[in-house]
Amino acid sequence: MNPSELSSPVITTEPVRWSHKDLTGLQALTKEELTLLLDTAAAFKSVGTRHIKKVPALRGKTLVNFFVEPSTRTRISFELAAERLSADVINMSATASSLTKGETLKDTALNLQALHADMIVLRHSSAGAAQFLAERLDASVVNAGDGSHEHPTQALLDAFTIREHKGRIEGLHVAIVGDILFSRVARSDIFALTRLGAKVTLIGPSTLVPAELKRLGVSISHNLDELLPELDVINLLRIQHERQRKEYFPSLGEYTSLFGLSKARAARLKPDCLVMHPGPINRGVEIDSDVADSSRSVILQQVTNGLAVRMAVLYLCNAARSGEWV
Amino acid sequence: MSKTLWLKNGRVIDPANHRDAVGDVLIVDGRIADAGVEVPHEAEVVDCTGLVVAPGLVDLHVHFREPGQSAKETIASGARAAAAGGFTTVVCMPNTTPSLDSASAVAWLLEKVRAEACVRVHATGALSKGISGEEMAPIGALKKAGVVALTDDGRCIQNHELMRRALEYAKMFGLTVMDHCQDYSLVGKGVMHEGYWSTVLGLPGWPAAGEELIVQRNALLAELTGTPVHCQHLSAAGSVRALREARQRGVPLSGEVCPHHIALSDEAVKGYDTNFKMNPPLRSEEHIEALLEGIADGTITILASDHAPHCGFEKEVEFDQAPFGILGLETELGLFLDILVHKRRVIDLNRLVEMYTINPARLLGLDCGTLSPGALGDVTLIDPSLEWQVDREASFSLSRNTPFHGWELKGRAVRTIVGGSTVWAL
Repeated sequence: MNPSELSSPVITTEPVRWSHKDLTGLQALTKEELTLLLDTAAAFKSVGTRHIKKVPALRGKTLVNFFVEPSTRTRISFELAAERLSADVINMSATASSLTKGETLKDTALNLQALHADMIVLRHSSAGAAQFLAERLDASVVNAGDGSHEHPTQALLDAFTIREHKGRIEGLHVAIVGDILFSRVARSDIFALTRLGAKVTLIGPSTLVPAELKRLGVSISHNLDELLPELDVINLLRIQHERQRKEYFPSLGEYTSLFGLSKARAARLKPDCLVMHPGPINRGVEIDSDVADSSRSVILQQVTNGLAVRMAVLYLCNAARSGEWV
Repeated sequence: MSKTLWLKNGRVIDPANHRDAVGDVLIVDGRIADAGVEVPHEAEVVDCTGLVVAPGLVDLHVHFREPGQSAKETIASGARAAAAGGFTTVVCMPNTTPSLDSASAVAWLLEKVRAEACVRVHATGALSKGISGEEMAPIGALKKAGVVALTDDGRCIQNHELMRRALEYAKMFGLTVMDHCQDYSLVGKGVMHEGYWSTVLGLPGWPAAGEELIVQRNALLAELTGTPVHCQHLSAAGSVRALREARQRGVPLSGEVCPHHIALSDEAVKGYDTNFKMNPPLRSEEHIEALLEGIADGTITILASDHAPHCGFEKEVEFDQAPFGILGLETELGLFLDILVHKRRVIDLNRLVEMYTINPARLLGLDCGTLSPGALGDVTLIDPSLEWQVDREASFSLSRNTPFHGWELKGRAVRTIVGGSTVWAL
């Protein structure tokens, strides 16, 4: 698929269609839909290497980055993705909006819609917030992270990165390490990777890795050392020891000694095991500083791929909303 | 409207008098007449063939939001909703604004009740000042003002010493204490049952142990003090176990169940619809089964609604931000008939009526719940086989926060009679 042709309807021989105006999560997506997202991202990846980094797919469309929960990296990624698709982009944060005056999320969004916003990218601290808006707005709603629930574009870029390096996802053994309980990245990763056929193991302190998740078809371990040589991918989550987590584990030092990817641990990984992290990384905590910069680490490639994935998501959701046949 | 009513040929279920037989009930001048009294010729005659004739039903757990939150509900609208649900007596919780922690607040409420309520509305008094769990409320003054029980419902006293002293103090007034069983440290910011669904949905969990712990606390303190303690809206298996064990030993502990805790499970939250958000939360299947067992074996003796109206705009927000609570008065009887009697066959009609009449009346020492001669002429006519669909727009409540809109239920009240006057009929 040539991205420069994407402003007009694309005729494809594949029977898979993207029919969702929103992307609120990955839980309900089929394997085919996930694959379509990844394939579309692959087509968009080349845009960033061009002299003119733009395609007209969203020209004339208004996209609002509504980041109620603050973020710099994800917001910049979505902003760049939208700009490269030629959309008009507005950035809104909670503090700069009438949410501070007590306006509800619903009213804020309805106001944006009244200004004919076509797409809203929402990051919010409440699980279910993206779905809440998607049900109430005609605009497309893309979830950039809703509380501890899902962060679908992060998981898509993770899957994309794995597929890019390994050629496939099916049959790979992927470990997700860290604070699973509060992680929207972990949940979206679990949905995506299990649907695409990977074997997923969750590793972390027993207070932060809920046994309930086994029902989703993942394994659970509290022993990172035992599993290192088996892994094809190790995805490290950022660990914090702020007030809310103090009851869950005693200190960052203890966490690092049990679950941190030290140099010694990294040496026991398979030579072609990918080291991943959604960022921002805590050097010296969940990942050793040198390991983060090593050849196994694909952390920065994840960031690059994030842009392509988000372009794909915005393109497909907008097409579904406009009734274009994709 | 006539206060003399001849209810003919219904199935009269009056558990207080061990009566369950087809017969007549005569109400003369607002009171149940003796058997054999001649029917006055001006009596309104109601053919009750096929209907259950029960003492007016009692819901001892409702929130009528006055004083101070009248946008959600008023005494008048709440009473109309009660009547439409088949209830002739309700008991209001004290978490109003201000809370019912003073004689003047209670007096204000009871005056409004006198002026505006079409059914009998009783008030509970707060157990602690401001229901803030720090100091005992003026229980003596509240009793004098006419409260029928004490509770901090909405909240729960965490300091066990204070709870113990409040129970001891309440004892001399003969008041039962009702408790919303929640340990705040275990529950934290929980907004739904802690389990598979809270994990998948990424919502903070409210573990069953958070309720079970306080039920056990209450069992110990009820035993220590001898004051009757009633555990409200039980939702958890461990609560039923603790209640059963305590009752077996003769501890003055009782428990109630609300219909949503057996009609819905935590899976219902998966769409993030806040009409499924209440406190305590909907739980998983094994808890529902334990509640049903507890009802079946008589551990749980009372049914209630925890009718908790909220304005639409208050509920239409992000799930974790929404207030807890749903309506209940107009759907509870239908849900319990449909689920407990018809679908799951947990109890029969006799037991259902008992749990809605003489049991709550005895717990709180209320003059109602029987069809004894001389009793107040409060009667509920129930058609146990009537199939109907819940329509939230037809509710008499000022609010609309119910998860049961569109549900098809079997069994419904068809007429509500207070003091011989019909206050609602289908």
